[in-house]
Amino acid sequence: MNQNVGIVIVSHSPDVARGAADMVRQMVGDDVPLAWCGGAPGGGLGTNVEAILTAIDRAWSEAGVAILVDLGGAETNSEMAVEMLPETRRDRVVICDAPVVEGAVMAGTEASAGSTLEQVRRTAEELRAR
Amino acid sequence: MTTNATGSVRIEHEVGLHARPSVKLTQLAKTFQSKIEFAASPDGPWVDAKSIVKVMGSKTPKGTMLHFRAEGEDAPEAVRALIELVERDFEPTS
Repeated sequence: MNQNVGIVIVSHSPDVARGAADMVRQMVGDDVPLAWCGGAPGGGLGTNVEAILTAIDRAWSEAGVAILVDLGGAETNSEMAVEMLPETRRDRVVICDAPVVEGAVMAGTEASAGSTLEQVRRTAEELRAR
Repeated sequence: MTTNATGSVRIEHEVGLHARPSVKLTQLAKTFQSKIEFAASPDGPWVDAKSIVKVMGSKTPKGTMLHFRAEGEDAPEAVRALIELVERDFEPTS
């Protein structure tokens, strides 16, 4: 029955990604599909497209998925991952222009209320304008 | 039928309306249809209780008297539920 928007956290550091996901879980609760990924395949810092695709899949919701990213490659690899999604899903995934930790908590809070993907994105991005 | 409701409660939570309490307050506010706002003074400025960014941005400290006002069909229930949430220190029910 969970049709709340899902949240994906992508950081160069698995510790940051996991920590941000913990914050969402503890503050927002379990009503939001949530997945994270981070780190290079061989260890160390980095992001990769495959791990992002897996995370999108794990957090998938018919209402869509909002991705929070940290720097450079996290964003470009996320964009690439979105392009590689099946056409039926591509339009329901957005990358938020927001700080990764704060944005994830804000987006998660909005998503937990059953808001639309666009509302979730807007709430995360509201942080930027302040 | 649209009704108006108001109420106030003092925040005793040790850190005030910070991260986790802000999330809980916003989540609860969003379960109601009514427009819901709060302020640290009866004269405002009023903060949209359904906006997590604005609620957290209010940085309302411990000891603040929080004034709620709601407008809509479920306004009285909304104000009552939010006051109860603050009274039980933002802990979940049951």
